[in-house]
Amino acid sequence: MADSELIASGADSGAKPAKLVGARVKRVEDRRLLTGHGSFTDDFHPPNLAYVAFLRSQDAHARIVRIDADGARAMPGVIAVVTGAELARVAKPMCARSTMASYRMTSLPALAIDKVRHVGEAIAAVVAESRYTAEDALEKIVVELEALPPVSDVEAAATPGAPLLHDEAGSNVLVSREFARGASTSGLNRDAPPGAAVTVRDRFRFRRHAAICIEPRSYVAEYNSGSGELLLHSSTQCPGVVRTALAESLAMPEHRIRVIAIDVGGGFGAKSSVYPEELAVCALARMLKRPIKWTSDRREDLLTTSQGWDEIIDAELSLGADGAIIELKANVIADIGAYSVHPWTLVIEPVQTVSFMPGPYRVANYWARATGVATCKAPTGPYRGVGRPISTFVMEGLIDRAARRLGIDPADLRMRNFVRPDEFPYRTATGIVWDRAPFFELMERARARLGYDDLRAQQQRGRAFGHYLGIGFASYCELTGIGSATPAAPGMTVPAGTEAATVRVDPSGTVTAIFGVASHGQGLETTLGQVVADELEVPLTDVKIAYGDTASAPYGTGSYASRGAVMGGGAGMLAARAVREKADLIAAHLLETDPRISRAEGHSPTVRQVSLRDIAQAAYAGTKRLPKGIEPGLEATRFYDPYYGTATAAIHAVALEVDPETFAIRIIRYVTAEDCGRIINPLIVDGQVVGGAVQGFGAALFEQVVYDENGQLVTGSLMDYVVPSAADAPQIIAEHLENPSPTALGGFRGVGESGTIGAPAAIANAVADALAPLGIEPGEIPITPDSLFRAAAQRLQEQKR
Amino acid sequence: MAEPRKVSFKINGAVREGTTEPRKLLVDFIRDDLGLTGTHIGCEHGICGACTILFNGEAARSCLMLAVQADGAEITTVEGLAAPDGTLHPLQQAFWEHHALQCGFCTPGMLMAACDLLRVNPSPTEEEIRTGLSAVLCRCTGYQGIVDAVKAAADRMRSSN
Repeated sequence: MADSELIASGADSGAKPAKLVGARVKRVEDRRLLTGHGSFTDDFHPPNLAYVAFLRSQDAHARIVRIDADGARAMPGVIAVVTGAELARVAKPMCARSTMASYRMTSLPALAIDKVRHVGEAIAAVVAESRYTAEDALEKIVVELEALPPVSDVEAAATPGAPLLHDEAGSNVLVSREFARGASTSGLNRDAPPGAAVTVRDRFRFRRHAAICIEPRSYVAEYNSGSGELLLHSSTQCPGVVRTALAESLAMPEHRIRVIAIDVGGGFGAKSSVYPEELAVCALARMLKRPIKWTSDRREDLLTTSQGWDEIIDAELSLGADGAIIELKANVIADIGAYSVHPWTLVIEPVQTVSFMPGPYRVANYWARATGVATCKAPTGPYRGVGRPISTFVMEGLIDRAARRLGIDPADLRMRNFVRPDEFPYRTATGIVWDRAPFFELMERARARLGYDDLRAQQQRGRAFGHYLGIGFASYCELTGIGSATPAAPGMTVPAGTEAATVRVDPSGTVTAIFGVASHGQGLETTLGQVVADELEVPLTDVKIAYGDTASAPYGTGSYASRGAVMGGGAGMLAARAVREKADLIAAHLLETDPRISRAEGHSPTVRQVSLRDIAQAAYAGTKRLPKGIEPGLEATRFYDPYYGTATAAIHAVALEVDPETFAIRIIRYVTAEDCGRIINPLIVDGQVVGGAVQGFGAALFEQVVYDENGQLVTGSLMDYVVPSAADAPQIIAEHLENPSPTALGGFRGVGESGTIGAPAAIANAVADALAPLGIEPGEIPITPDSLFRAAAQRLQEQKR
Repeated sequence: MAEPRKVSFKINGAVREGTTEPRKLLVDFIRDDLGLTGTHIGCEHGICGACTILFNGEAARSCLMLAVQADGAEITTVEGLAAPDGTLHPLQQAFWEHHALQCGFCTPGMLMAACDLLRVNPSPTEEEIRTGLSAVLCRCTGYQGIVDAVKAAADRMRSSN
């Protein structure tokens, strides 16, 4: 197929673009996915495969007194039943480490050992000839549990004397850290700072959410007792991270472990951690000398896959009469669930909420505290945006509250406080560096595309008739492609500041580029292919992108934190350039020395004049055909560290209507304006932004993981945890500015998390704007008609009094 | 455990036979016994629609059926959509053109549901497409590319008939 056939419709008409980067290239990976020939983990079916099922706790908090598995062991087709204590002898519990001073380290076993700490935690594993038999056998296991008091409410869990989840920690407060900058005094509700005309304060609650990847987690492990090698097929975002963790827990040399993740059915952060079941499947395969498979069902997914964003934030913002921000304060309490996820730790959500809260604004004085508290719930881990969806919800909510008190237009108030163009690179109050971000242009673009002025006029007219039309903004800046200067997770000890690529030319002149970043929907086979093909000036069809296999890829930690394009793209450019330089040298030499090689028309002496095939033939033929001092072969591996990383900025603008009787919310218009730097593939960037915004829309209005006061999961199915369907989802208008990053190679900025960060804040602000006549300012996500109805009823009561 | 039963049905044009426990889900039989792993399992309780197949021409969730119920039936899975020479079905082609898939896990179910939608309603409005596909969940795309693709495929299929 020619490259021209790969360009999707809707592109500018005309000839093949000079460069592939920037073109709407149809995805290379799609053909196999469209025809049912993907390679997802559950599709692997090695010979002699056995299946594991896990017996899961129905209690939130209990001591394990006795496990009697004799009945299960006696069932035909059952190969083994293994308890936590037995498995711990061959699989050491994982310990997520952090350098943060107040961090209390806890351990995460493959199966519960002495006690269970949340409903759904695995207690025992049954291995059988079929999944059906394994699940049958679970019912024959007798477990005696001694109930302990469930710890469900996060604030109660943090009080001294609360029942402890991890005895060794001595407290349920597993991290607590204060930040202060400028003249801020510590603590909330102090005297207003000098010059403050208004201080707005509120309690914000961002409820627990679940990523709901449509592919549930799945692992298939094989152990070769001859070579002592372990092969794991995993639905992970981070094959390199999994390999390192397995080596430690299984006490195996890392080079004897191979982790493969080719097609992964969505990740969103929830597949970036190393899971107990992942460790158990590997340990069992080695113990039983059989390939072992486990694929989660949806109930297990809702019980055990890391959840996200569960925080209470008390925050206050003081501003001068002119609207200039004087001081921001926030006290963040995160409900981190029962365990510290590996290797990112429980710190990641609360500390990043604090780190990003100043957002795109000039905030000179800032005080904040981040506290992470263990409760009897599934662990929270990274979920699309990490910290930023909440910090944006809080900061943008404060800005709108202040705008209403000051009588300043909310868009104007933002513009009065944005970091100005002459201030870049700008170091925020928490030390994060924004390299450059066009906040003002983004706001102009968002307002124009939304039709802001018309909507305001419409809103005024409608209010006379009792119509609730509202407009909301969310503006934010996020750190993407994080290098070694700022760890991806604060205090984390995993080496995650780099990525690498190997670019290899075959003797026939085709190119294979191998990456440590992996794809779970981002289309990296296409975008990284575009980058490498451009550097080598070869057609995209001559480049194969390989990833998701630790045996072939240089070490890398994988795809998370909007780093695929920045880190992978940068590493790919460096490696391809190294190959290109060598190829150019060889080409020039061949033109001088080899009468069989003829010069192509119209180019200076580079690779363009000699086919890559001829160059590769010479490179592999050896010294005789090569320039003096040039090593044979045609491949290169290069590592890339963007050091600080780069910044992606966006504004979400939404207009919506709230039904005055049912309080149902209907989106009228939804605009995103973002700058993700140089765009590699507009098709894919639109997909990331639109898909992310709809995920954020679901988070804002529908989705909530609910545990009751006993720590029982109430939302255990997709009928209870409701994600948007095609009929629910709004149309998203995605606008792009394209200011190349001044710091990242290629000018790329990451975009994967952009959508979810803005949507909850923008929607909450629009609802508050719509209901301004009632004085309702939603402080809780999700916003449901029910919660609005109750708030309205309360207002009416207050007015009567 | 009940005695295994024989089951025989036509799938993607070929007759396939097997022996199965009566309780075995149709989707497990298709994936594990027949090796057709294009049909995916996303929830096993009939909500996400990833396992949608055409059962006697109509969209059905293969996680809510038993393999024995398919005896004598005619089934199409995603592997049966493209022409034998590899030419993509207009829906597959349109999904490709309009970036209607990212991770690709819901895609087989989405394609089969879209087939049924266009069979019943060859020229759906955007609203009808959104309603018609609301039984298959996608977590990546936000559905916009999918809706555009189904619209484009409907136009193409109408004009070629």
